[in-house]
Amino acid sequence: MVNRIVTGAHYGLRDWLVQRVTAVVMAIYSAVVVVFLLLQPEFGYDTWAGLFSGNPMRTFSMLFLLSLFYHAWIGMRDIVMDYIKPASIRLTIHVLVILALVLYVIWSVQILWGL
Amino acid sequence: MRHSILLAAEEMAMNKIRPKHLALHKIKLPLPGIVSILHRASGALLFVALPLLLFVLDQSLRSIETYTNLAEMLAHPILKLALLGTMWAFLHHFCAGLRYLAIDLHLLSNISAARSSSKWVMAVSLSLTIMFGVRLW
Repeated sequence: MVNRIVTGAHYGLRDWLVQRVTAVVMAIYSAVVVVFLLLQPEFGYDTWAGLFSGNPMRTFSMLFLLSLFYHAWIGMRDIVMDYIKPASIRLTIHVLVILALVLYVIWSVQILWGL
Repeated sequence: MRHSILLAAEEMAMNKIRPKHLALHKIKLPLPGIVSILHRASGALLFVALPLLLFVLDQSLRSIETYTNLAEMLAHPILKLALLGTMWAFLHHFCAGLRYLAIDLHLLSNISAARSSSKWVMAVSLSLTIMFGVRLW
């Protein structure tokens, strides 16, 4: 019988995986946008706004931004855990980062669906 | 007497000056280490730039007027420089991130592949940054 004593909050593996899955989503999205831009003979407001006019692209963009925000949360949390020791400051920064990212989610919906 | 000398020697050995913290200016990081710390620094920079980037996205899509205003605003040299710095952060984070994904897939398993890939990360991200800068000016 294996009797391992496991400690910690058990989010390590999940976050490790989330960091990579979100990275792949962002890489694919970035490649799509860059290829689209390179294929345009002329670039202006119409091409740019046209790219985001359809619902599939808006949804893909929202998926990209959600991936970005989740990815940023894990990264910022790791940085804060590495360099900021006092629990009160660490917690404050964590809360501020989360609040900012939640606000960015709301803002992103407003931008993409023109609210 | 002899006893005290021994004690003194012991004390000196114990109090031998040891670094109490990482002396960052004395540590010479290998290139993969530099790529790694820049990956972290560029990530933090991109996080700080997020509200500005969302603002740029918002203004660029809202209407032709806001789009034109934004284009005029971004023509300012200081903002161009900020844009170039953000672009470097993105490109470095992107290239170094791809390298880590390749490492996770065991595509770069020996030390020479790890070293040469870190050279590629620096070369590709910096040359793309320069190309972006040339187009910007």
